[in-house]
Amino acid sequence: MAGPTTPLWEVFIRSRTGLAHKHVGSLHAADATLAVQAARDLYTRRGEGNSVWVVPSSAITASDPSDKHMMFDPADSKVYRHPTFYDVPDDVGHM
Amino acid sequence: MDTGSITVTDSPLLRYTLRRADDALILGHRLSEWCGHAPMMEEDMALSNMALDLIGQARSLYAYAAEVEAVGRDEDAYAYLRDVTAYGNVLLVEQPNGDFARTIVRQYLYSAFIDVYWRRLMASTDATLSAIAAKAEKESAYHLRHSAEWVIRLGDGTPESHLRAQGALVDLWAFTGEMFTVDASERALVDRGIAVDADALRDEWRATVTRVVAQATLTLPADGWMQQGGRDGRHSEHLGHLLSELQFMQRSYPGASW
Repeated sequence: MAGPTTPLWEVFIRSRTGLAHKHVGSLHAADATLAVQAARDLYTRRGEGNSVWVVPSSAITASDPSDKHMMFDPADSKVYRHPTFYDVPDDVGHM
Repeated sequence: MDTGSITVTDSPLLRYTLRRADDALILGHRLSEWCGHAPMMEEDMALSNMALDLIGQARSLYAYAAEVEAVGRDEDAYAYLRDVTAYGNVLLVEQPNGDFARTIVRQYLYSAFIDVYWRRLMASTDATLSAIAAKAEKESAYHLRHSAEWVIRLGDGTPESHLRAQGALVDLWAFTGEMFTVDASERALVDRGIAVDADALRDEWRATVTRVVAQATLTLPADGWMQQGGRDGRHSEHLGHLLSELQFMQRSYPGASW
């Protein structure tokens, strides 16, 4: 039945209050209301979350896979961007 | 012989509990028949989830029935070892799935009833029934919402889906009256604050159904002859076939487990 009448939706679940919604997968549904229900039925069966977002897949603008060298490789050589050169006092604990 | 059917002790509370359990088990089994056959994967999961909710409710109720009867039976005995005439579910829930529209309409008519029923039963003076109702109500509230959304989309969808939804509504309407029956044994429990007076829920149910049916551009059938008998073990021909599948394994291999 998946087709023009049941477009694709991306599903985001928040596992706990305070955390961010995370992308968990996609599904087909006729409209936003049914997409939220389908997301609940497909992705929260084992207590995975307490909040659901659905977004039409067509609303997502993605980077072009063929651009990935240009887009992402330059960051590989910038190790100084990782904040690993600081001495963290013991009293600060887990950051 | 081990494959023989059990005869359940006759007491009002036991009968009452088994009737509620039977409603849940039979409808849960019906929905489980969709597993792998629903029109789309998403709805396959939705129907299976609802089936599992209902079978879970049935388990809680059968376990309580075993406690009430107190003759050493477990929940499986009531599900697997009673014959069709010992089942007390309403005729509505045993009706065949038909097409998706029929399954959804059946689910909606039942959910609109049982959700308010569980809410009232939460106030029961029987602590176990009250606790079971509190858990079941959260599940039935979702069943009601999900089936209502589909009733609206099928009714107000294509000419074909409208036709099928309206046909299901007309065919199943005669089975709705039975949900509100309260016999003498149940009436005594109502008077003691244990059971819910189903007869008093008619108006609320009708208001819910009328609203959704109107939104779905469907027509509410006229109240005519209402089928009854399920509560007293007089079932349609469909329940025996359902039970033969549900009970086959325990009847053929008594005590089998895995």
